Amino acid sequence: MSFPFSAIVGQDEMKLALLIAAVDARIGGVMVFGDRGTGKSTAVRALAALLPSVPAAHAGYQDGTARKGQVPVPFVDLPLGATEDRVVGALDLERALGSGIKAFEPGLLARANGGFLYIDEVNLLEDHIVDLLLDVAASGENVVEREGLSIRHPARFVLVGSGNPEEGELRPQLLDRFGLSVEVRTPQDLTQRVEILKRCDAFERDPAAFTEIWRRSQRKTQNRIAHGRAMLSGVTIPDAVLAYASRLCMAVGADGLRGELTLMRSARALAALDGVENVGTVHVRQVAPLALRHRLRRNVLDETGSTARIERALEELAA
Amino acid sequence: MNSAGDVAPDAFQDALIAARLCAIDPELGGIVLRGGGELRDAVIAELRTGLPTSAPVRRLPSHIDDERLLGGIDLTATLAQGKRVTRAGLFAEADGGIIIVPMAERLSDATVGRITAVMDAGTAATERDGVAARYGARFLTVAFDDGIEPEERAPAALIERVAFWIDLTASRALSLHGGDWALDPPATEALLAIQRFYGGTPAVQAPDEIVSALATTAAALGIDSARAPLFALRAARASARLAGRTTVADEDVLLAARLVLAPRATRLPMAPAEPEADSTPPPPQDSDAGEDENGEQAPLEDLVLAAALASLPKDVLARIAAGTVRRGRPNNVRGAGARQKSGVRGRPMGARAGMPGGGQRLSLIDTLRSAAPWQKLRGTDGRIAVRRDDLRVRRFETRAEALTIFAVDASGSSALARLAEAKGAVELLLAEAYVKRAQVALIAFRGTLAEVLLPPTRSLARARRSLAELPGGGGTPLAAGLNAARELAEAARARGQTPFIVVLTDGRANIAADGGSVRAAAEADAKEAAKAIGTAGIAAAFVDISARPRPEGAALAAAMRARYLPLPRADATTMHAAVSAAQRA
Repeated sequence: MSFPFSAIVGQDEMKLALLIAAVDARIGGVMVFGDRGTGKSTAVRALAALLPSVPAAHAGYQDGTARKGQVPVPFVDLPLGATEDRVVGALDLERALGSGIKAFEPGLLARANGGFLYIDEVNLLEDHIVDLLLDVAASGENVVEREGLSIRHPARFVLVGSGNPEEGELRPQLLDRFGLSVEVRTPQDLTQRVEILKRCDAFERDPAAFTEIWRRSQRKTQNRIAHGRAMLSGVTIPDAVLAYASRLCMAVGADGLRGELTLMRSARALAALDGVENVGTVHVRQVAPLALRHRLRRNVLDETGSTARIERALEELAA
Repeated sequence: MNSAGDVAPDAFQDALIAARLCAIDPELGGIVLRGGGELRDAVIAELRTGLPTSAPVRRLPSHIDDERLLGGIDLTATLAQGKRVTRAGLFAEADGGIIIVPMAERLSDATVGRITAVMDAGTAATERDGVAARYGARFLTVAFDDGIEPEERAPAALIERVAFWIDLTASRALSLHGGDWALDPPATEALLAIQRFYGGTPAVQAPDEIVSALATTAAALGIDSARAPLFALRAARASARLAGRTTVADEDVLLAARLVLAPRATRLPMAPAEPEADSTPPPPQDSDAGEDENGEQAPLEDLVLAAALASLPKDVLARIAAGTVRRGRPNNVRGAGARQKSGVRGRPMGARAGMPGGGQRLSLIDTLRSAAPWQKLRGTDGRIAVRRDDLRVRRFETRAEALTIFAVDASGSSALARLAEAKGAVELLLAEAYVKRAQVALIAFRGTLAEVLLPPTRSLARARRSLAELPGGGGTPLAAGLNAARELAEAARARGQTPFIVVLTDGRANIAADGGSVRAAAEADAKEAAKAIGTAGIAAAFVDISARPRPEGAALAAAMRARYLPLPRADATTMHAAVSAAQRA
């Protein structure tokens, strides 16, 4: 049983990013950076409990046969130390040894299809696994050519990573894959800290009772996600807002089109979450740090944080 | 039950108490014991008496591989039975018991990552070699930290997840017989108390003011992680349970503050709580964190804070005074860098014939494939006959990781402006190293000694910070600087890295290796140290940053067999270009 998402104290930015990713999978996932003990993985795992169900034909391993009905959104943990064959899938050993049948045993990428793939301590992930992920995340398809197998299957998933920058930086190519990036800090407000302690303690002592208390609030969040998903395709972005987003990207020097695209998509997802049919500049402003902070043309040694640069640009645009 | 009355409690006693608390509530995670020799066995023994006799105890050596740690396929059984047989790893085996981690300060980041993931989840996930399994894995971790240098410590990510950090190096029990320090009441009675409270009894109540007192104290001591006050609260409950109480009392909270919060302090409270004897000035850090502890404080909060302050371990105080405590020590502030084993990880390169073991992993599929054509000839009856020559092991390509060691002369003679340029050049090189995913290390020498400001790391944030903090002034202990660089380089080479030394100095050595300031001796020592680098065959570049380069610099570079780069008026960019050209050459 995971800690209820709605019971997480503070950390609004992280929660917002996760909700946006839950509404629109095309945003490209969320990377959560933060100090130890800030509730990074608690929040990510909590999200799993809020996800609505999806058609079985779009989730999990698709071997070509038609699937009916609804299944919960897949939420797959990629543990450190996972080997390549388990990530991409490989020859089914049991059947190969037992009855000499050449069969494909789907891996974690197949299971995550249509859902979320979560990697805790993503900066400790081995390079060759990262390469695999980058390739599949870009194409949305997993191609297996090994052990005499030749298989391809859809593997579209929302990549969610968390890590502590003190333990090693993330490869720029991988960082770029994440649509949104969040930096979490420990709240310095004392009442918040007391509240965190109380809620964690209550949850640890009696998870069932605690979850029960938060059930209504959880359901509200769940509905918000479901409504957001349903509304998403109907949300429009006025030209003026598009122009504003482009000006913002230019002003901060965000590299590439991906930043602009992510900015627009996440603004749209936010509007959908808020139940608004037209995206406004207010939405763009709210998601700008999330969508852009890891895409600024990096002077890796610049002391001014990316967030500060974006905020400055926002102020200048407003003036 | 603790002897808090007459004498200050000894660390060993604290460790025994911690062991009991852990036995009562395994969710406390465990204990990190720094130093302590044989005393540690007594702590383990105390812990074991509190656990069921069937509780497993496993040791996790720092060289453990993923196969053993996480489990996977059981090769022998698989081949014998002709079907897949899986084997649980060490985590699963230790379920309900204890994992002892000796030499925790030497654990690789990869191993730490695996341990902490299991500690967080309470289950061990295996996704390896065709095996997907999940095992229950709840255990107490007792980490032995045998570090000697202050910066050699058990990894931050690991100790973050255990409640108790106890430094036994100064325990008075070390010079006595551990037995004289047995806790009172003796173990059996304490255990009876535990038994009494385990079954059926309602959970221990913790009043609200106790909860907020712990949170407040954690904040006042600059402890950011939410795990710390949670552990403290658990420890207080366990202490109450041990004493047979159903409500947490003040003394339980004080004990928790002393054992859990005090060792984690990163600063002294700025409010006038309890003036410390040696009035250590509050370190200038975390400007954003200063406002919160000025609010009105209930008496209990004062008490708890005072208890924590009174028992701040000496090394914590020293670190606070030196301003070197940061929120959480980074993981790789340890002797060992990333392990490079080409039989274990890296980019897979297929398989070759060979015996598994010694770090080489069997490639089962390839083995079976090579055995398949011979099955008829070998005349087997449905069972697969695998012979020695069929065995295939995996091969991996690991690029030898580059480590660039900067030895920067921060003495007074390297005029400040030059030092600034040198810093700029190092920053640019760092940025480049970052892109290439190479490691960097930084040594500064000034005054009478050389100091490793930054052990090999890939973290740019840390490199930048230690560079910014680099002070200037004093003599030029060139020999010490060169020796430190060589030692670091040799250690790196032993780990399979490719070191490259960049010395930035004006070459005017005036402090000898023994710290004396006889110029001739200083120069001779410097030459000797330079020659040692040359003999060791370590690639190096010697950047002469003096305003008017003199022959000494060139001579030293020649002794080091290093590229000599006289860059008298170079700015950071030129310096960077010259050094990276030298490194490629």
